[in-house]
This record gives sequence, C-alpha cells and structure tokens, in this order.
Amino acid sequence: MNENTKFILEQVSGLHDIPQAGIYNIRENGKLLARNIDEEVNIISKKDKDGIDIVVKPNTKNKSIHIPVIVSMGGLNDLVYNDFYIGDNADILIVAGCGIHNTTDKQSSHNGIHSFHIGKNCKVKYVEKHFAFGNAKTSKILNPTTEIVVGEGSVFEMETLQLGGVSFADRKTYAKVKKDAKLLIRENILTSSKEEAITHFEVELEKEGSRVEVVSRAVAKDKSKQEFNSIVIGKAECFGHVECDGILADNAEIISTPKIIAKSPEANLVHEAAIGKISEEQQNKLMSLGLTKEEAEKVIIQGFLK
Amino acid sequence: MLEIKDVCYEVNDNGEKKVILDHISFSLEDDILAVITGQNGSGKSTLAKIIMGIIKPTSGKILYNGKDISKYDITKRAKLGFAFAFQQPVVFKGITVKQLLDLASGKENSVTEACHILSKVGLCARDYIEREVNNKLSGGELKRIELAMIIARDAKVNICDEPEAGIDLWSFDALVNLFKEKKGLDIIISHQNRIIDIADKIILLKAGKIEKIGAKEEVMPHIVNQRCERLKEGE
Repeated sequence: MNENTKFILEQVSGLHDIPQAGIYNIRENGKLLARNIDEEVNIISKKDKDGIDIVVKPNTKNKSIHIPVIVSMGGLNDLVYNDFYIGDNADILIVAGCGIHNTTDKQSSHNGIHSFHIGKNCKVKYVEKHFAFGNAKTSKILNPTTEIVVGEGSVFEMETLQLGGVSFADRKTYAKVKKDAKLLIRENILTSSKEEAITHFEVELEKEGSRVEVVSRAVAKDKSKQEFNSIVIGKAECFGHVECDGILADNAEIISTPKIIAKSPEANLVHEAAIGKISEEQQNKLMSLGLTKEEAEKVIIQGFLK
Repeated sequence: MLEIKDVCYEVNDNGEKKVILDHISFSLEDDILAVITGQNGSGKSTLAKIIMGIIKPTSGKILYNGKDISKYDITKRAKLGFAFAFQQPVVFKGITVKQLLDLASGKENSVTEACHILSKVGLCARDYIEREVNNKLSGGELKRIELAMIIARDAKVNICDEPEAGIDLWSFDALVNLFKEKKGLDIIISHQNRIIDIADKIILLKAGKIEKIGAKEEVMPHIVNQRCERLKEGE
C-alpha cells in the first residue's frame, strides 16, 4: 500500500494500514484489496454485479465494520452495490466512505449504492466520510445512494461528512422507519472553489412511535454551491425534525428546501432552515479573546461542522 | 492610564444625523473600578464598545498608557490587554465552554483549572466544561460563562456591559466580590447601586454627554436626580 493510499484510508476510515484484526473490506480502484470476516459478520462478493453483501448475525454486539473505498487513479468510474443485512438485537458500528486521489486530467468517480435492512431492536451507527484531492482541475465525483429500512424498535444513526476536494456530489438517502424505530441523520458538508454538493433525503415515518431527526450543516465558500432537499412524510403517530443551517461566504450559494408531509393527524413534523454569513457577533467575541478575524472564522466553522 | 479624548459617535437615522456620543472625554487610572451609568439610551454600551474597538467612533481618540490606540482593531486591543464581557452573551454552535475558556486564557486549561474558574462564577465545572455555548443554556448561565472568560483572560482592562443582568441564582455578593478581588482597570456598565457602591470613579451619562464624573459622593446626587426625573416622566 503506497503512502497516498494509506493517507486516503486514514482520512476516510481512521485505519492506518490494512488491519491485523477486525472486520473490514477495503476496495481500491474497483477491486478488492483486503477483507476479513468472523463468525458473526460475513462479507460476500456479489455474483450478479459489483459489490458485497454484509450479513450480521442476530445479537452481534459491539462490533465495528470498516468498508472504505479508495480511488487512486484517473479515468475510473466505479459503481458498487453494497447490501447490509443486520440481524435482530445487533449493536454495531459501520465506517464507510470514499477517498479519491486523482492527479491526472481524467475524471474519476465513485457511485456507492448502499441498502440497509435493519432487523428489530438493533442499534446501528453508520459513518460515511468523503474527501478528494489531487489535480484541482480534474473532476472528482462522489454519488452515494443510501436506502434504509429501520426495523421495529431499532435506532439507526447516520453521520455523513464531506470536507473538501469533491468537485461534485449527489447524495440520495431514502428511509422507511418502522414502529418505535428511530433514525438520526447528521450531515456536515464543506464546499469551496467551484464544488457542488446536492443532498436529497426522503424519510417515511410509517408506523406509530417512529421518529427522525435530521441535522444538516453546510458551509459554502468561494463559488461553490450546495443544495439541500428533504422530504419527511408522517403516516402515523410519529415525530420528525429537520434542521438545516448554512454558513455562506464569498460568492457561494446554498439552496435549502425542507418539505414535510403529514398524512396522519398524529404526525408531529417540524422543519427549520437558516442560512447566513458568519455572525459578526461571534467573530467579535472571539476577536475580543485575542484571535484574529481569520482565526475566529476557522474556530466558528470548525465548531459548526463538528 | 486609559484616556478617552473628545469621542463623538453619530449615526444616520433615516437621513437625519443622530448624535449618540457627544464629545466624551475622561481618563481612568490603572487598578481602579470605574462604573459608567446613566439612563437607557444615554450611550453607555456604545461607549464600552468604542473602548474595545467593536464600534469605530466618528471622531476622537483613545490613548492607553500614552499610546494612541484609536486605529487598533478588536484583536489588537485584546492582545494589548483589553477584555470585554457582552451585555447579550454570544452563542455558538459546536463550541464548548472549555474551548472558550482555553481561547480566553490563551492555553489549554486542565480540568482543575477550568473548574476553579467556573466555580468563581458559581458554576459546577463538571456539568459545564463539555457543554456547548449555545442557546440551550439559560441567560443566567451564559452571563456567568461570559464572566468566567473575563477571569480566564486575566487582562489589564476589563470592560463589562451590565454583568449583573440575568444573574439569577448566583448571589450578587459573589459578583461584587469578584470585581473587588480583581486586579487591573475594571470598567463596568451598570445601573446597580451595589456595583456603584464599590466604584472608585463614576461616569454618569445623559443623552450622549457626560453629566458628572467623579467619586461616588460627588456623582450620587446627580444619579438620584436622573432617577427622580425619570419617575416624574412616568418611566
């Protein structure tokens, strides 16, 4: 594994090298680089298309699964289907994500289609990190699609992070939340230069006691553009809260369209959206502690995207 | 020594010139406690912000230890030893109490150090150090954190805009003692008699002008007069 690959791996998954233990599936340039499974978590390559099935046995506890994707060449347009089958009562952490390093003048992209089938009473945390670097003029594209069915009584927590370098991203997340299940989504996106990031969330709160909380934080600088679209549909006695905050600088643009649809009088749905420049008051406060204007800006953005 | 020389501040109010501060001059010695008081709209907060560099005056000068600092921005004044506690504490997203205290003291505080600072403003550190300084905290809690930052700064000139406002459960005596114990020049904007009581110098403003400046005995009759006038006007 060369230094660039190691760097990408660390950025997207926190791993420093191919681990000696644990459960992982590392994909580089469209091919399997390394895999490890155990008696509770199986990873099987799909036969009909590119991708894997990750099967977690019921009652599996305190396991983490790393499935990073590395694209370290130009001209590669990777498409992968990953299906997760999480057995009842499982408690696991899944760290996914994709890093692109492209120094060529040929576009590279990764399209990851992830489907989660979550059993009953599970606790799943899914972390997805995206970043890219290399030739500034070459497109580095990431289009993740995530489909989730949160089973009865389960909690699914999804954390999405995009911290620069990705020229274009179109994120789509579709979820169905069952009885007494909870979906928590936190999305942090930073764009600069001419980057563009689009997000679509569509969450159906199907049964009584279902709940979704979406927090989206966007920072758009230079001439970058971000678009946030969310639809929450309440079909029963349920609760949904969508919060979208954006900080805008330079000539950037943020479009926020949160939509809530109540199909039951018992549905309690709320959305909040606020976009603005960095607060002058916050800046003044930090400057009064001795920080320069630029340092203050950095602290504010870091906190905002934490 | 802090010297305010002929400071004026005017704003454009729907095409009309409105004078907020009208030729203000005074000087404050190091290591004293000065209170700026006066009725609402007299220009107290504007004056405090001008001293910190948050607002630029229309004309006039500010000298610190003989040096003209009128053109210094907030950062430069902070580095020179000025600290400021806002009347309405600023809230953030994702920034913790500990992080702000560390920024204020210019170093990473140990939990014991942070605890010590927070206990001085009546907060139990364990409950607060990892909390975000956001609007989930009450007005009183935010106000105390604002004061904790003043303690952490350990600055030469401390400007506090109505520090007592919103101090709910925490005892007023503790606040008064805090200022009694503090070294350096303290400039406090306040209406409170108990703070005026401990002042070495009082600056009484009225409609953007200094009505009276001096020790408590000299200024108190004027403060009482102002209050009586307000009562007569039915305020």
